[in-house]
Amino acid sequence: MSSRAGHLPQVDPNLEPFQEERWRLLALPLDRRDFLRFFGGGLLVCLAHPPAVAQESGRNFGGHPLPRDIAAWLHIDAESRVRVFTGKVEVGQNIRTSLAQQVAEELRVPFDSITMVMGDTALTPYDMGTFGSRSTPTMGPQLRNMATAARQMLIETAATRWKLDAASLIAEAGKVTDPRTSRSFTYGELTGGQDLVQVVSDPPLTPAADWKIPGTSIPKADGRDFVTGRHQYPSDIIRENMLFGAVLRPTGYNATLVSLDSSAAEKLRGVQLVRDGDFVGVVAPDAFTAERAISLLRAQWNVPAQPSNRELFRILKDSSDPGDGPQSTSGSVEQALAAAPIHVDQQYTVQYIAHAPLEPRAAVAEWNGSNLTVWTGTQRPFGVRDELTQAFHLTADQVHVIQPDMGSGYGGKHTGEAAMEAARLARAAGKPVKIVWSRSEEFTWAYFRPAGVIEIRAAAQHDGTLAAWEHHNYNSGSAAIGTPYVVAAQLVHYHPASSPLRQGSYRSLAAAANVFARESHMDALAHAAGLDPLDFRLKNLTDARLRAVFQAAAEGFGWGREKSTPVRGWGIAGGTDKGGYTAACAEVAIDPAAHSFRIVRVVQAWECGAIVNPDGLRNQIAGAIVQGIGGALFEQILFADGRVLNPRFAQYRVPRFSDVPQIEVVLIDRKDLPSAGAGETGIVALAPAVANAIFAATGVRIPTLPMAPRTPAPGSPAPPLRS
Amino acid sequence: MGEFALNINGSHLSVTVAPEESLLSVLRNHLKLTGTHYGCGEGQCGACTVLLNGAAARSCLMPVGGVGSAQIVTIEGLEQNGRLTPVQQAFLDEGAFQCGYCTSGMIVSAVSLLRQTPHPTDQQIVAAMNGNVCRCGTYPRIVAAIRRAAKGANS
Repeated sequence: MSSRAGHLPQVDPNLEPFQEERWRLLALPLDRRDFLRFFGGGLLVCLAHPPAVAQESGRNFGGHPLPRDIAAWLHIDAESRVRVFTGKVEVGQNIRTSLAQQVAEELRVPFDSITMVMGDTALTPYDMGTFGSRSTPTMGPQLRNMATAARQMLIETAATRWKLDAASLIAEAGKVTDPRTSRSFTYGELTGGQDLVQVVSDPPLTPAADWKIPGTSIPKADGRDFVTGRHQYPSDIIRENMLFGAVLRPTGYNATLVSLDSSAAEKLRGVQLVRDGDFVGVVAPDAFTAERAISLLRAQWNVPAQPSNRELFRILKDSSDPGDGPQSTSGSVEQALAAAPIHVDQQYTVQYIAHAPLEPRAAVAEWNGSNLTVWTGTQRPFGVRDELTQAFHLTADQVHVIQPDMGSGYGGKHTGEAAMEAARLARAAGKPVKIVWSRSEEFTWAYFRPAGVIEIRAAAQHDGTLAAWEHHNYNSGSAAIGTPYVVAAQLVHYHPASSPLRQGSYRSLAAAANVFARESHMDALAHAAGLDPLDFRLKNLTDARLRAVFQAAAEGFGWGREKSTPVRGWGIAGGTDKGGYTAACAEVAIDPAAHSFRIVRVVQAWECGAIVNPDGLRNQIAGAIVQGIGGALFEQILFADGRVLNPRFAQYRVPRFSDVPQIEVVLIDRKDLPSAGAGETGIVALAPAVANAIFAATGVRIPTLPMAPRTPAPGSPAPPLRS
Repeated sequence: MGEFALNINGSHLSVTVAPEESLLSVLRNHLKLTGTHYGCGEGQCGACTVLLNGAAARSCLMPVGGVGSAQIVTIEGLEQNGRLTPVQQAFLDEGAFQCGYCTSGMIVSAVSLLRQTPHPTDQQIVAAMNGNVCRCGTYPRIVAAIRRAAKGANS
C-alpha cells in the first residue's frame, strides 16, 4: 500500500485472451439455494468450466485461473422474466442489447422479457474483461448455448407433465405449447419453485439464416434512461452517508514526496487527511471541499528528469533488443529485395494518444466490516476485484465490484485506480467515499495508446506482384502486424521497447498503427508501379473476405470514376483483425493556398460474419470512423519531464461536429459465418485512406500520426497541411 | 458559505454551499441531479449543459452564487408527465448515442438551439453544437436527430 504514487505499472498493450472460453453444462452451483432465495424460485441454467481449459494465458492477470466453481448464467422466474448473467460490460458498444437478442432467439422469449445482469462480480460468472472484440464471438455462443439448453429442459419438463414426447412440443413466445391441443405452459409455470437442471452439452443452435430477433435493429435496451438522465453511470452513484475524496497528484511521473504541509487543508470543516507513504488524499463532506482541501496542500515533490516527445522515437528504437519479440519469416527478404525492380522504404511514426472517455475514472467504495463493495467504471470488474483483493489482503469473496454501464473506455479502463483510491479513503474515513477523476487527472494518470515506430521495406515486380515485405514495429504492438497480402519473402517483427510513458490497450490495439503503415506503403508501391491502388491490392490479395470489403467500399464510393486533382484526392485502404474485415475510401479537399485540407467523404465497408444488430453495427462503424479521425489528424500527447503538457480538451483536440465528413457504411452480412466483434477494427482504415487521398492529390506522403496537428510535437516535422 | 434558493426544474430548492461552487457540482453532489454530467470542468465538452432561462449554459463554469433566481432546467426536467420532448424522442428514434454520457448535454443544447432557431440548417446545427463532444463519434446521428426534431416541430 505504500507504493510511490507517481510510479505506475505498464499495462500490456497486447492484452488479449489467447484461449477461447469453452464451457459446458454440468450441474447446479453449490450456492444455488442462496441464489434462489435472492431471486426467487425458478429455473437455473448452470455451467462448469472443464478443468482442462481452466487456465488463462496468465498475462497481466497474475496467472489468475478461471474459477472452477460452478456459476449461473440464466434464470427464469415464476413470472417468466429472464435474467441473464455475464461478466461482460456495456460501454456503449451495445452488447447489452445484442446479447439479449441472441438469448431471446434461442430461448424463444420476447426480447423485452430479458434483463441482462452484467459486470457484477457477486452475481455473474468470472470474466477476464470486455476487450479484444471478444464479447460477440465468445459470450454470444456461450449464452446461446445456455438459452438453448434451457429451452430444451423446459420442453422436457412440459413433456413429463403432459406425459408426451418432447419432440411433439413447441417452445415459442415464452411458452411450451402442445400443438395438437393448443394447451400451453408459460416458462414461469414450468420453472416456478422447481429444480430443473440437467447435464447438456453443445446443443444445436439456431442458424443465423433462421434468426428472427438477432439480425434485426432492436433499439438500445434501456435507451429511454439515457435521454432522460435517469441512467446512473459509475460517477453518478450515491450512497447513504457518502463522503467525497480527492487525491494529491505528484507534479510529475516517478516523483517522490519531499515534504507536505497540510495544516491549511485540515482546517477546512469536515476534512480528513489520509496519508500512506507518498499517497496523500482527503475526504470531505462534499466534492467542492475535497478539491479545495487538495488545492490547499503544500507539497514538495522531487521529479527526476525524464524524456519528451523530442527523444521519443529514438528511445523506442534504441531500447528494443533486436532479438526480442515475436517475428515470422518466409523466404529470403534480402534476395527478393535485391531482385525486384520497384522499391519503397519508409519509416512511420505514431504518437501517444489518450482515450479521453467522456466519463473519467470514478468509483464509490463502501466497507462493511472487512467486506468491500465498489461501484466503478472498468472494462475488467473481476480484474479490479483482484487488484482490491490483493491490495487490502482480502479474499475474493470479500470484495464485490459492480460496473454500472459507463461513459465508455475504448480500451482505456482496464485498470482500477479510482476504485483503489476510493477504497483506501473509505477505509480511513469509515464511510462510503466517492472519487471522480478530473479531466486533467484522466489525461495524466490513466495510460496511453502506445507510441511507435514502424519501418517497412518492400519491393514489387513491374507487373505489380509483391516480391518482398519487411515490417518492423517498435513498441506500438503486434496486432494486425502480419500482412494479409500474398508475399513470398517476408520478415515481420514486433520489437517490445521501454516506453517512457505508461501505455496500454486502445481500441484495435496496434492494428490502427500497423494498418496505417502497411496501407500507406501499399499505396506508395502502387503509385511507384504505376498501378491503380485498388487493382494493385486485389492483384496481391487472395483473402476472399478482405477482397469483398475492398470491392464493396470501392463500389459504394464510385472508386475510379474520377481522377485525383491537386485540389481533390481519393484514397483507399483496408485491413482485417479480430474477425472483422474493413476497407474505406476517403475523399479529401485540398486548399493549396491555405496549405490545408479537410475530409469530405468516407465510404467504409465492413464484414464480421452474421450481423446481430444492423443499426448497432452501423453506429459502431461510423463511430470508429469519427474516432479514427482524431488519431489520424490531430490527437497526440505532448510530454516532457514527467508531465503531460496538454491535459485539457482546450489543448488536446478531439473530433467535433465540424470535423465529420459525409459517412456511408456498407455492411456485408455473412449469415454463413460466425459473428465476430465489431467494436475495434472499424477504426483501422480511416487514417491510411486519408493519407493516401492526400498523396493522390498532392504527391506528399505523410508518414506520421497525427498527420495534421495544430502544433507539431517537438522533434517532429511541421505538418505539410493543416486541417 | 451561504444559502442559495434555486429554481430548478420548476421547484424551489435551497442549498447551503460556498458561492463559488459550480452549479454542476451543486446539482450533482448536493441535489442528487446526476443526469447532468462532468466532462472537463472548463466548458470545452458540453456534458454539463443545462438551460438557464431557456438558453444552453455550461453549469461547470457557473458559480452557484451567480445563478440568482434564473430558471434552471436540467435533463431531468425535460420530460413532462411521462412525455418526452421531441428532441429526446428524436435521439431515441435515431439511436443517437453509444455510451450516452454526452447525451444529456447534447439534448439540452439541442433544445436550446431549436428554441432559438426552430428550423436550423445543417451548418447552424454544427455551429451550435460544436462545443459538445461525443467521444463515441455519434455526431452524424445527433445531427439527424436534431433535424428530425425540427421537422416534427414543423408539422
